[in-house]
Formats: sequence, C-alpha cells, structure tokens
Amino acid sequence: MTLPLGLYVHWPYCARICPYCDFNVVRDRGRKVEQAQLVEAILTDMRTQADLTGPRPLVSIFFGGGTPSLMEPDAVARIIAEAKILWPSQGALEISLEANPTDAERDRFEGFAKAGVERLSLGLQSLNDASLKLLGRNHGADEAQRAARTARDIFARLSVDLIYALPGQSPQAWADELSAAADLGADHISPYQLTIESGTAFDRAVRRGALVPPDDELGAVLYETTQTVLSQRGFDAYEVSNHAKGQAARSRHNLIYWRGEDYVGVGPGAHGRITVEGERVATFAASKIGDYRDQVEATGLGWESEQVLSPQEQAEERLLAGLRIDEGVSFNELAALDLTPDHHRVVQLAQLGLITTEGNRLCATPQGRALLDAVTSVLAG
Amino acid sequence: MSTTPLSHIRNFSIVAHIDHGKSTLSDRLIQETGGLTAREMKEQVLDSMDIERERGITIKAQTVRLNYRADNGEDYVLNLMDTPGHVDFAYEVSRCLAACEGSILVVDASQGVEAQTLANVYQAIDNNHEIVPVLNKIDLPAAEPERIRAQIEDVIGIDASDAVLCSAKSGIGIHDVLEAVVHRLPPPKGDIDAPLKALLVDAWYDPYLGVVVLVRVFDGTMKRGQKVKMMQTGAVYTLEKLGVFQPKATDVDSLSAGEVGFFTASIKEVADAAVGATITDDRRQTTSPLIGFKEVQPVVFCGLFPVDAADFEDLRAAVGRLRLNDASFTYEMETSAALGFGFRCGFLGLLHLEIIQERLQREFNLDLIATAPSVIYKIGMNNGDVIELHNPADMPDPVKIDSIAEPWIKATIFTPDEYLGAVIKLCQDRRGQQRELSYVGTRAMVVYDLPLNEVVFDFYDRLKSISKGYASFDYQIEEYRPGDLVKMSILVNAEPVDALSMLVHRDRAEHRGRGMCEKMKDLIPQHLFVIPIQAAIGGRIIARETVRALRKDVTAKCYGGDLSRKRKLLDKQKEGKKKMRQFGKVEIPQEAFIAALKMDAD
Repeated sequence: MTLPLGLYVHWPYCARICPYCDFNVVRDRGRKVEQAQLVEAILTDMRTQADLTGPRPLVSIFFGGGTPSLMEPDAVARIIAEAKILWPSQGALEISLEANPTDAERDRFEGFAKAGVERLSLGLQSLNDASLKLLGRNHGADEAQRAARTARDIFARLSVDLIYALPGQSPQAWADELSAAADLGADHISPYQLTIESGTAFDRAVRRGALVPPDDELGAVLYETTQTVLSQRGFDAYEVSNHAKGQAARSRHNLIYWRGEDYVGVGPGAHGRITVEGERVATFAASKIGDYRDQVEATGLGWESEQVLSPQEQAEERLLAGLRIDEGVSFNELAALDLTPDHHRVVQLAQLGLITTEGNRLCATPQGRALLDAVTSVLAG
Repeated sequence: MSTTPLSHIRNFSIVAHIDHGKSTLSDRLIQETGGLTAREMKEQVLDSMDIERERGITIKAQTVRLNYRADNGEDYVLNLMDTPGHVDFAYEVSRCLAACEGSILVVDASQGVEAQTLANVYQAIDNNHEIVPVLNKIDLPAAEPERIRAQIEDVIGIDASDAVLCSAKSGIGIHDVLEAVVHRLPPPKGDIDAPLKALLVDAWYDPYLGVVVLVRVFDGTMKRGQKVKMMQTGAVYTLEKLGVFQPKATDVDSLSAGEVGFFTASIKEVADAAVGATITDDRRQTTSPLIGFKEVQPVVFCGLFPVDAADFEDLRAAVGRLRLNDASFTYEMETSAALGFGFRCGFLGLLHLEIIQERLQREFNLDLIATAPSVIYKIGMNNGDVIELHNPADMPDPVKIDSIAEPWIKATIFTPDEYLGAVIKLCQDRRGQQRELSYVGTRAMVVYDLPLNEVVFDFYDRLKSISKGYASFDYQIEEYRPGDLVKMSILVNAEPVDALSMLVHRDRAEHRGRGMCEKMKDLIPQHLFVIPIQAAIGGRIIARETVRALRKDVTAKCYGGDLSRKRKLLDKQKEGKKKMRQFGKVEIPQEAFIAALKMDAD
C-alpha cells in the first residue's frame, strides 16, 4: 500500500499539570523504571501495529504529550530508528517533538536533534510573566525566550504555541505579544484561544467565579487580531489555529489529521486511524500507563478498544477536520463516503460568505473558519 | 335486597372547597357505616385516589350506598354522591345535585369560606337542597368554629347555629354527621307505582362491562330484563345488570323510586348515554320527563402537538380513547407549519385542559407541545354571518370583519386583606370590571367581570403567586361582549409562526407582543445570521427584538485525539436538531414554544 502514514507517540509525563489542560497527563515523579518500561511497550505496540498496516511510506513522526521533552533523547532515538525500519519513508520525513521552554529542557535540545528531531514545537504559551503565572507554567518569559533562541539555532524548523483570550487581555496587548513571538524566528505559530475544558482547574475556577474568560464578542475580536497580525508578519493562516511561513513550514503531521490520512497512535491514551484491509479503524489506547503496559504485554497492542468507522462516520470526520484547513475537502471525497451536503444549506452558507465551493472543493472562508463549529453542524445536517 | 321505603332513604352530596376535607369525610362515612373494613378502607382510599387521578375528570360522580342503623334503631339507606369541587366541572356538580335532596356543606374550621364553597353551595340552594353545615378540622389549633360559623351565616346566608363539628381525619363527630343526614335532610319524594322515571346522572366506559350508567330513580322501578327508553333520543335498551356501589359494585335485582344505582345495557358509547336524559319504561312511559341539563360546551381551546412528529398516530389514538369516556373533551385535526400535525382540542376550563394534557403524557407516554389556550370568539362578518373562531390561525381577513365578541366571566376571588391591592391590580390589568368588594373578617371577597381570554392565559398562576397561594378563585361564564380584539402574529426572521399567533385586546397587544418577543429572543439560539423577532398586527410591527448572529464558534484545537470527540459532538448536535422546528432558515427548539406560551411574569 502506498497510502502515507504518520506516527504519533504520546508521552504522558509532565513536570507540572497546567490548570487549563485536559490531555492525558500525569506528574513526572522521576520513575525511571516505569518510564523505561513504557518506552519498551511503545516499541512493541509500534511493531504489532506495523504488522497490521504493512510497510507504508512514513511521512511524519510526532512526539506529543504530556511533555516529550522530558524523555531521554536515547529513547527518542530508539523510537525514531524503529519507526524508520517498520515504515520505510520514501520522501520527506518530518520529525517533530513538543518541548517545554525551561532551561533544564533546553539543555537536552542537542540530544533530540541528534536523535533525529528536526522540528521543535515549543509550548511558550505566553511571553508575559503575569500570564504565564496565571496559566500555571513552570517557566518565565525570559526563560522561554532563551529556549526559543536555542531551538532556532539547533532545529531546522521551529513552531511556537501561544494561548490567548486570557482574563483581562486587551486586543492591543495580544497584538504586541503576538508580534514579539513572531520576532523569535519561528516559521510556525499556533495561537490557541483559551478553552475552558471540563474537569480542569480552570473549569472549577470559572464555576466559582474566580476566572472570567472573555465573552464571545471579545473572543472574536482577539481572533481577528490574530489573523491580522500574523498575516502582516507573513504567516499564512492555513488552519483555524495554525499559521506558517510558506507551504514548507506547515505541519505535515497535523495535516494528516485534517486531510483524513492514516496515523498510528502509540503511548497511553493515543488515538489512531489506520486502514486495515480496506476498513478504516479508529484505535484507542488505554489511558493509564499501567493499563497501557499491561495491554501491550497481553496483546502486543496498547489498544483498549477499536472501532471500524462507517462511511458516514468517516465522512463526518472528513468534513469537520477538512473545513479547518484552507484547502478544504473535496465534494467527491465526501460523496464517496455517502455525504452530500444539502444544496440549499451550501448555497445559504456561501451567500453568507462563510464557505466557497470552487474547484469542486468545500472550503471555509476566513469568516467561516471563525464560526466553523456552527458551519459544520449545518453542513452535517 | 328488599326495597327500602322512601322515608328511610337519604340522597345527599357533599359540597366543599378543595382541600377542605371532603374526600376524607366521605371515606370516614363509608368506614363508620361498615362499607369497608379498616384494611379494605386503606385499599379503597388508594383505589379511589388512583381512579381520580387516572380517570381524572371522567370519574364524575362517585356514589356510595351507606347502610346506616340510626340512634333511633331504624335502618336507613344513605346515598352519598361525591361531587368534584372545581369550577370546570360545575356541570358535574349540578347534575349530582339534581339527583339529591340535601347537601352537607363542609367548611374548614380555620380557613373558612372559599370561592368554590360559595359557587357550589349556591348551586345546592338553587336545587332546593336542605343544607347541613359541617365544620371540619376542628381539632387543629388554628380552628375557630365560632368565627367560621358566623362567616357562613354572613357570607352564604344560611343558619349555621346547628353546624356539626367534626374532624374527618381524627374521626371526631362522624356519627353526628350521619345523624344529621338522617334527621335534618328530607327523604326523597316519588311514586313507586308510577311509570318509570329515572335521571341519567353519569355514564362511563368500563373495559369489562361496556358503558356503565349511573341513575337516580324518581318514580317507578327498574328491573333486570326490562326494556327502557332514553326519552330524548328514543333509543331502547334492555337492562342487563343493575347494581349499587357499597362502595364495591354489588348487583341488585331492581332499583326503585328514591334509589341511586347503576345499570348496563349493551350501550356502545358514552356519547349514546346523554347525561341528563330521562329514562322510562318502553311500554309504560312517564308523561312528565325531567328537565335535562344543557349540553356542556368546551370553552377553552388549545392545539396539542406531539414533540416527535412520529408520535402523531399515537396521539390520535390517545385522544380518541379519552373522548370515549369524556364527551366534554373535543378534538379535531390541526396542521401547523411550526408544529406539524396535531389536534385542536376543546376543554371545559383550564383544569380540564391540564388534566387531559397530563393524562396524555402520563398514561399514553406522549411528549406534547400545547399552544396558548384561547377561547371561542364570535366574529361578525360584514355580510352578516357570525363565525365561531376556535383557533387564531383561522382568523378571517380583518377587512371582512365587522365586529368581534369574546366571552366574559364573573370571577369571585377570596383573598387575605394584605394581598387585596395586588389582586385588584391584576384584575384591572386584565381588563377587569369590579362588581363587588366586601370583607369577611380579614378576608376580602372581590367579584370581577373579566374577559376569559385574559384568564386562560396565566391569570390563575399569577393570582396564586401574588397572593402566596392564599387567594381562591372561581368563575362562571357570563356572556359575550364585543371587544376591540386584534390578531397578533409573531414573526421570526420575517416569517409568521402560526403557533404563536393570538387574539388580544388592542390595548394589551403591545405589552403582550413585547413580552413574547423578549422571551423568544432568549429561547432562539444564536444562528450564523441576525434573526429579527417581531410582533405584528396586520402589517404593523408593534414590538421587535433581535437575536444577534454568532460571532465566534470554533474549537481551538482539533488533532488526532480530538476527532472522535468532535464527531460525537456533531452527532449530538444532530440529535438535538431533531427536536428543533425549521422555520424558514431558522431553527427553533421545541422548548421555545412551550416556554414562550407559558408567559410567567408580567
């Protein structure tokens, strides 16, 4: 099979749990044995999944978390090497790793580069000390800038994450912060609007009234500010929250998700989508580290469950993910999955300037992208 | 069972305000006369509560035959006819009263006379009843029998010096009540040898027996196998089963003058057993039929629609079933652009409406949307025709209308003094005209003329809320009066929503229109575009609100691990949309209709 494939590796450990985060994470208590066992389990999981996918051209490896910059560079190197054996790549292979911008982690950047990482995704979150404190981060703005500079020197590609729409944040303050981030020399910026996820410390703070996020009006203004500032700085908004300087700077890995391509997920709680014998399977790894390891020991796979996606489910995923990127999704692809959006609704959304249908592709306009959840819901019927 | 002489029969009913203890007293009387053992009593009480709840209004008159040996050593047959207390069922009360010679007036010894007490007792007086006042709940600390006695004399104008003191709950004074029934209420008159003359008091459908008819025999005798004739329709039936309720149904061979009991005669439908009909012997007919009751007409209407359009056939079956047993409930099919297929239903009043609605939901498991209740308007057309309008959606073109008349009621309200100001304001706001204002101790009694269409809306809820539940309310339909009424439409995104249109008085239109628009504004979710909501009379906009367009609605992050969650969210939204009604480009949640029509605060 020649369908491209991505590999997502989930490293669940974090030095500190951020109050806004609802990912599958645990505090890193320095349990070396447990972590070493997890690396072995991840490798086994990869091998077993490779049996199912067969030798497919690997286009991307992404270390996410959690905080994969807490991994031993050796472990990163072993996983990369194994992946290259299991899925020989035929062209470009993007290898990204998410990192926290602390001094301690900065010292390991060299090691990651040697291991094969060529793109670092740095979780700056903010360049403002007060904001970083509010976000519960374990680094200050100066430290973050240092990490960014080091990363820029070491890695071929650098992306930075930012969080906006913090309580009290004005559009001007955000524009300034964003500009400062653009000055860091990254070729990719991912500014995320703060989302209050249920079950997080922020969720509880909002319920208590201790945290008041901006209303949707201010949220919209901040979103527009983001588009304006980054576009002036030469970053293309190729996805809702992702901006890149030119085609080459786009995240090949994340495009896999938005284009509906296959990806193998390994590590606790990792999701995957792989095509096996013509069927597209959604895979869900066990979330707890111990469960994941047990699962791998028992079956060779970390999966706690898997599900064959019906054409309709696939179509819905294609629609909701495809509309997030500027290239959109082709009507033919949706039609092949038995989804033909209602003509009247398509016309209505186009009249409202929220979508375009040129070249037989369904694309959200910049205005439509700000309202994408509602737009998708209309199109999905 | 041998025939009891007329002199030893007493037919009586109990009239009371709701919660004054009528049902408890009835149960005690049954228990005291040995109708049921203590254990059965418990079951019976439960049963009857079930029946009342389940059959709701259709268990119209409950009758019980009590065999009582009085202190004088003689045996009496006491027929107790329990009547519903609520105004909606005034006609039930009236026909029960017509079948009796006397009434027990039960008044709560601390609360005193209430609006329903008054309405019902006057009906009893109109039926020439002897009345025995009974003060109930005398064992409560708040009981003031002397004050209430004086109040009964003041307000109702009957002698209450011999009022029986009792506590049905504690079993105090029950014997005294029975003695008062025997000695102070008159025996029935009647001629056992005259041709059969019986009053059809009530009829209901029993799944095992078919239609069961409750009768009061005035002259002559009914026997099994006898051919009887309904004098109004001329239909002839052969009596199959005769019986009395003791309170369990007990078969008897015959029912004679003065007696109350039931029969079955292979009658197919309740509608064939017209209440108030005179029943006579087919071969030996009475020459003096009874004056029947006037047929009951629904006065309040509303549309009932299934929340899930797929339930329409179930709803059709359910209303059909209810109608079998309740001739006063009417329905016809209605189509609404907003709500799909449903029925326009007619009710005796708001309580009747609520009961039917609740039965449909509870017994038939249907989720319903009810449109705003409306009344029957009489529309005088320019060409001289008069049209009865049951549904605002059917309103003719205003240019062809000469005049519109609406029903008015006479409302009697009792309220503690401190709420009087608020009650009067409410009545004035609802276009009320005061007829009477008087005091009974610290309670005020106000009588108002009010347009029914102002009352069906939310008057009763408002009254309860402004008086903290202390005010009591009763009404009678009086007459049609011309009014400056207009049809108000609600437009959502420039499209009229038929289910929300209503007839209102011109002076009230703006207020109601603004209220509806404000409410709809909060109930319609934000869309991708601006949605104007307008209230209009004809082409004139009288109120307007706007639902802002969504400004931002997008998930910030969506990567590999988020796809499943996002898809599930999408599926959930799709489910949610099934409960939305599409209005042009706008989706309106069903709850919006329910909530909008239930305007709570003014």
